[in-house]
Amino acid sequence: MSTRAAPILEIEDLHTCFELDDGTVRAVSGVDLTIGRGEVLAVVGESGCGKSVMARSVLRLIDKPGRITGGSIRVHDADRVVDMVTAPGPELRSVRGRKVAMVFQEPIASMSPMHTLGNQIGESLVLHGRATKAEARTRVVDLLRRVGIAAPERRADEYPFQMSGGMLQRAMIAMALSCGPDLLIADEPTTALDVTTQAQILDLLRELQRDTGMAVMLITHDLGVAAQMADRIAVMYLGSVVETGTTDTVLRSPRHPYTRALLRSVPKLGSGGRERLRPVRGMVPGPYARPPGCPFHPRCEEFMAGRCDSTVPGRVPAPLPAPAAGTDGTVSCLRYEDVRDDEGKAAS
Amino acid sequence: MVTTTVERTVDEADDAPVVGGQASPWRLVWRRFRKHRLALAGAVVVLFAYFVVAFAEILAPGSPSAVDEKHTYAPPQIVKVDLSWDDGLRLYANGYTTKRDPETFEQIHTVDPGKRIPVTFFAKGDAYKMWGVIPWDRHLFASADPDQKVYFLGTDRAGRDVFSRIIHGARVSLSIGLVGVAVSFVLGLLFGGISGYFGGTPDLAIQRVIEFLMSIPTLPLWLSLSAAVPDQWGPLARYFAITTILSVIGWTGLARVVRGRFFSLREEDFVTAARLDGCGRGRIIFRHMVPSMSSHVIASLTMAVPGMILGETAMSFLGLGLQSPAVSWGVLLQEAQNIRTVETAPWLLIPGVAVFVTVLAMNFVGDGLRDSADPYK
Amino acid sequence: MLAFLVRRLGWMAVTLWAVSLATFFIISLPPGDYVSTLQANAEERGEIMGPAEVAALRDRYGLGQSFFAQYWKWITNIVFHGDFGQAFAWNMRPVSDLIWDRVGLSFFLSVATMLLIWAIAWPIGIYSAVRQYSPGDYAATFFGFIGMAVPEFMLALVLMWVGMRWFGQSPGGLFSPEYQDAAWNLGKVLDAASHLWLPILIIAVSGTAGAIRIIRANLLDELYKPYVVAARAKGLPEWKLLLKYPVRTSMSPFFSTVGWLLPGLISGETIISIVMNLPTTGPLMLGGVLNQDMYLVGSFILILSTLTVIGTLISDLALAWWDPRIRHSYEGG
Repeated sequence: MSTRAAPILEIEDLHTCFELDDGTVRAVSGVDLTIGRGEVLAVVGESGCGKSVMARSVLRLIDKPGRITGGSIRVHDADRVVDMVTAPGPELRSVRGRKVAMVFQEPIASMSPMHTLGNQIGESLVLHGRATKAEARTRVVDLLRRVGIAAPERRADEYPFQMSGGMLQRAMIAMALSCGPDLLIADEPTTALDVTTQAQILDLLRELQRDTGMAVMLITHDLGVAAQMADRIAVMYLGSVVETGTTDTVLRSPRHPYTRALLRSVPKLGSGGRERLRPVRGMVPGPYARPPGCPFHPRCEEFMAGRCDSTVPGRVPAPLPAPAAGTDGTVSCLRYEDVRDDEGKAAS
Repeated sequence: MVTTTVERTVDEADDAPVVGGQASPWRLVWRRFRKHRLALAGAVVVLFAYFVVAFAEILAPGSPSAVDEKHTYAPPQIVKVDLSWDDGLRLYANGYTTKRDPETFEQIHTVDPGKRIPVTFFAKGDAYKMWGVIPWDRHLFASADPDQKVYFLGTDRAGRDVFSRIIHGARVSLSIGLVGVAVSFVLGLLFGGISGYFGGTPDLAIQRVIEFLMSIPTLPLWLSLSAAVPDQWGPLARYFAITTILSVIGWTGLARVVRGRFFSLREEDFVTAARLDGCGRGRIIFRHMVPSMSSHVIASLTMAVPGMILGETAMSFLGLGLQSPAVSWGVLLQEAQNIRTVETAPWLLIPGVAVFVTVLAMNFVGDGLRDSADPYK
Repeated sequence: MLAFLVRRLGWMAVTLWAVSLATFFIISLPPGDYVSTLQANAEERGEIMGPAEVAALRDRYGLGQSFFAQYWKWITNIVFHGDFGQAFAWNMRPVSDLIWDRVGLSFFLSVATMLLIWAIAWPIGIYSAVRQYSPGDYAATFFGFIGMAVPEFMLALVLMWVGMRWFGQSPGGLFSPEYQDAAWNLGKVLDAASHLWLPILIIAVSGTAGAIRIIRANLLDELYKPYVVAARAKGLPEWKLLLKYPVRTSMSPFFSTVGWLLPGLISGETIISIVMNLPTTGPLMLGGVLNQDMYLVGSFILILSTLTVIGTLISDLALAWWDPRIRHSYEGG
């Protein structure tokens, strides 16, 4: 994507920590991300890489003992920019649900068992002044119909425990869309669902995204889902983004060793099934034992002794693979910094 | 199971970093318990209380049943230090001056600063048999003069030393809780275990019985049951009768805890794994399920002891529990049943302070244990 | 719902039957039968009961017959004739005469205490959970522990003693002497109220302490659930969010234990009334127990248990009204 749309969300050097009994877990450490208007960005990574915490940090939904310890999260509203890290309560709440909405992983647990669907979906409409209490119900029924729920009039008066997971995830999406947000954060929206339902929900999300033109940040551990949905992909490892780029580039010609390892660990369609799958070497290190230098170095197959274990790599523009020239996205790996350093030396 | 903590705090199911679980469960329990300052303080108080129970004869300045007709309702004598340093450090207490009320002819004792009674460690006093076996006559801290007693916390209607009685009363009051809890424990574990492990009809039946027992107001039930204890029964028989009465209600709470734990454990993967490995039912229960709920059970037991102590106190206070000559804190408080008596001798309420401090300490310990019971939570 | 109600009422009838049987068993436990105790008492006073009188009484209570026959006589007299037997310590007055106004006051005290407990415990419990580990939470926790550790009668004695010693209050009783025999008027009501607030407060102390702990624990269970985060993501203000979602959900387990609060309150009320000399069931019952006036005692247990069983039913219905999950499970079958 050469000409980038105006950004809707800019995350800069975000740090989120959890102060636990046995020490501090740096769940997110130095994330930089930008999402343009109408863009679908997939954030991928293994379990425990901090992608969900990052997503929650955007709406400042981190519960104790977690805390955002640094950085900025700028949400571009019509005529102003709100930094979610420092915004006072009322401003924060005017962004939540209205500009940026969120869909969570477990639809059943994410709905109050004590209130009807209609009540929970209509709530944000009334809250953000999009409808009066009387109008809310009609709008709720429309929304439920829009996300493909049959008999929406009846469903609006039912409770979450009377519905299936897939239906509830549709309802969650309706709830998130009720105020027409500019950005939808979908945190593993299909993880808790069965495969058929997963596909339906993803189709629905894609369709709604096209119709409304909203931006989507899709958090997923499933590279297949990312490939299917995203315009761009950001790969996270141990709380930082190691590589970004257009979906095509990242999946076809990954630049970061971790992305390469990750891709080798999933089967490719049409590769004949002869190729042996290789899991990423080693284990994700414990939360308190963050490796020095590049966080990925203990598992990296391209590890450079004396460099990777001492120097923290910065973010550099990532080059496109050989025949093509130029860059696409960014990568955090000393191999690329070396290249750039060499180029710099050569030029001088 | 290991990831539960971080899952909850990080609030995500699969993205949670995993804490390395090298420490054994009991170590984890202890590690968490140690952080509860109040629970630790409570544990110290409780240990001290049971130490007093063990060495009551030595620790008490006198016999709990020694009657002193000349000093009825005598106020507490406070230990003072002689600062004149004539011949070393000396401790003493002031003696009494006795007057007769001209109208009621009651004796009124006042502490007289002019009189001094020396007080010393390991003083010779009332003879006793330590643990009913070893005869001795020394008391840790008492009047140095065997003919002139010192009452640190005053005396009751018969001129008996309140302090000695509190120390001896601890034996009954503190053990009744343990014995009662032991009985409840057996009943609760048995019925709760049956209920929780088998579920279905046995569970339904036991739950109904528990609900039924819980629907009867406790105190009236205790009262009427204790009325059925014959008056002529000796102190020991009465003691066990009262304990049983307390346990009749006490086991229901424990049974509910055990049942709840069994229900949640039954669903745990490690139990399923054990079952799939072909473990017998007995092995699953005793090797896998009981150990993983023992910390919960211990916490519930600790929480149940204070309830029993309060129960005994209330019953004896009303004259329906233990009775003189048995000495328990409730029996002592019975002396203070009448507000007029409290007015003339407020020190008779001091056994209540002992009840309060012990129960408070036990609640702290129980609460701390409960919080640390689940090391992974 | 109707099916549930019918089933629930049926279960209640079974419980009541069991309660009555247990009660009768308890009152027949003490050695000797009622009439021989009565005879012994009369002899102590120097009176002789005629053989005809004794025989009539033995027949009246079915003594000498089997346990179940006696039980049947006892329970049918109560159910069909409202006849609870006679209290010999009260000159053979019918038990039913003695107890109804006392049960009324007992019940009033218990309900008033319950309301007071809720009024105090809810705000404190919510605050304690939301501001977990704050100084306020520690203070509430500490108060809770103290409240649970003080024997109620101790608290009553100490407060009465303080009142007498430093405020010159008349100790105990429901009315001051000047209103004792007066007809009901505003002054008498105020006088009764001035005597009742202290016992209500005392009984409430331990209940409040327990309730705060329960409310706090229940709310903490809900406070960090995903649905609360999801609701926060909609942009709800914190206090509105709190009351609408976690507080509301956390009230469900509370409702289901309300039924068990009542027996505890009645116990507290019994002992406080004895200490403070209030004309409730407590002192009468204690007297009955001490005198082995078993029909009196049995009637009390029966009535108090019945009230508790009804209380449990009400709390079950309230729970169904409150919690759609429960309601749904009832409707489902």
